[in-house]
Amino acid sequence: MKLKTSYAELFGADPKKPQKSEISPEATELHAAQRADKSRIAKIHEEIALLAAHPRIETIRPFRWMVLILVNLLFLGSYYLDIQLLEGALTASRFAGFHMADLNSALQVMLAFKHVVINLVIGTVTVFILWWLLGGRTFCSWVCPYHLLAEWAEMIHLKLVSKGWVKDHPMDRRARSWFWLVFAVLALVTGYTVYETISPTGILSRALIYGPGLALIWVIALLLFEIFWSRRAWCRYGCPIGLTYGLVGAISPFKINYNLEKCFHEGECKKVCLVPHVLDTVIKGRAKKISVDIGADCTRCGRCVDACPTESLTFKFKGIGEYL
Amino acid sequence: MAAKRLTRAEKKRRQFIQTMGMLGVVTAGALAGIIPSVKGWANRLRPPGALTEQKFLAACIKCGQCVQVCPVNAIKLADIGDGVGIGTPYIDSREQACDFSCDGLQCVLACPTGSLTHEVNFSHEVDIGIAKLVRPKSCLAVNGQGFKGPARGVDFKGLMRYQEVDRWNPIPIADHPYDLELCDLCVRTCPIEIRANQCDIGKPPSGDEQQCPPKRAIRLVEIDSDDGVKRMRPEILDGCVGCGVCEMICPVEPTAIIVENNELRTGKYPRV
Repeated sequence: MKLKTSYAELFGADPKKPQKSEISPEATELHAAQRADKSRIAKIHEEIALLAAHPRIETIRPFRWMVLILVNLLFLGSYYLDIQLLEGALTASRFAGFHMADLNSALQVMLAFKHVVINLVIGTVTVFILWWLLGGRTFCSWVCPYHLLAEWAEMIHLKLVSKGWVKDHPMDRRARSWFWLVFAVLALVTGYTVYETISPTGILSRALIYGPGLALIWVIALLLFEIFWSRRAWCRYGCPIGLTYGLVGAISPFKINYNLEKCFHEGECKKVCLVPHVLDTVIKGRAKKISVDIGADCTRCGRCVDACPTESLTFKFKGIGEYL
Repeated sequence: MAAKRLTRAEKKRRQFIQTMGMLGVVTAGALAGIIPSVKGWANRLRPPGALTEQKFLAACIKCGQCVQVCPVNAIKLADIGDGVGIGTPYIDSREQACDFSCDGLQCVLACPTGSLTHEVNFSHEVDIGIAKLVRPKSCLAVNGQGFKGPARGVDFKGLMRYQEVDRWNPIPIADHPYDLELCDLCVRTCPIEIRANQCDIGKPPSGDEQQCPPKRAIRLVEIDSDDGVKRMRPEILDGCVGCGVCEMICPVEPTAIIVENNELRTGKYPRV
């Protein structure tokens, strides 16, 4: 995927249907072949029936949850058990004595304080490099404690939707960019880190490490909103932290890769995806190339990798060769 | 009449307006967080080295590393009632004061953003606030009374380091009872006074003369007494840094001495 498109979709643009001229000759050929091959329809039905009969057990999700819980427990243990390996909270910490700072929190502080001490520079650069390597929004699905709670809320939401008791109300994805901008400007103008007041990531991380507080009411309100009104609303449409990490991850070597050759276009991946717009390319006739890297908004959660019946979505670490 | 079907663009526009409305509500909620600090509702004592309140709130990244390094757990984190001050560290000296038993201002060293300024190196350079005798009538010394037993009762959880008991580890105040003819707890436990006394006898803390406070912090002065009882009154001096040990140790309820947030928490050390 082109970097420009990747960023545009990150900021909230709807994915566009590619022009014929944008599709590579190989992909055009493959699209045509897929259309001509009537037996594929039967195969797709076969795949879907098989999937219905033997629902796939997700393997990446439990592993990811384990990582997420372990990272957060490492914060807790470093304090309570005095392991001293990962001190602080998600907003800023020290890993084995080395400074780390959440990019969005650091940005808020820099804009509000208008002065940067060297430790914060070190922490920010370290974390930037770390999440550039690991994919940016990877932070969201593999580390953020709110993400885990939101996934559980999503399970309840989907259950209620299947019973017809609630309906998902999608929101405008451009909201997150506005949110990001508004809070950046507010920090600069007011001199307060206004976003931190409502950051569920910060609130949860501190609650876990230093004990619960009334601020958790806000987190619960967000979760209820997501259960009864809009699926995964905060992570999808609101969280400026997600956008900041998305900006970093756009240029990351770590991606989810889509392979058109293997794809039967069942659409299973889009059903489980937190950010289904990034998977627009899997729709029949949309892929511009045989092999497409998924865009910046992807959290590399791996649910699509698990959901895909034909293994056309995989984790991929780009070699240096692909940058040249 | 059948309801008019919305076109895709109309739906999109409606959705955009709804979304922006919700965004506005959340932003307003977050902005309301400025009110408690502007109004001064949360008049907190901040940890050693804290910048002036507004700058401190701007610079603090709310990570709690200062909380983690404090050997007496004097630092707590504020809740959402403090608005933009959520997650910022504060000290409740009556519960647990900063007794500088870490010796090296660990909280200052732990702070990743400079909201606790590294310009502060020694306990006597700190400027948390300033002690004030607010209830002289209940002060035991003013009444000419002594004190016997654990200063705050047997159930009090507060910690303090007594060098003569254990040089390195703070112990519960409840485990260190006193027997005083005239109560002088606020003076005898004052960390600045303790250091100044060590320096006076030529034994500065850790053998480091830089740790010697240039000014005294608190003393007892005799007051007129017409009934032959010796009465004394604590007098707070320029060297007071607002650590709050006097407030923590004061055995009367409510405490006779408190630490007031120093509005002038400014000129003492460079503030960026």
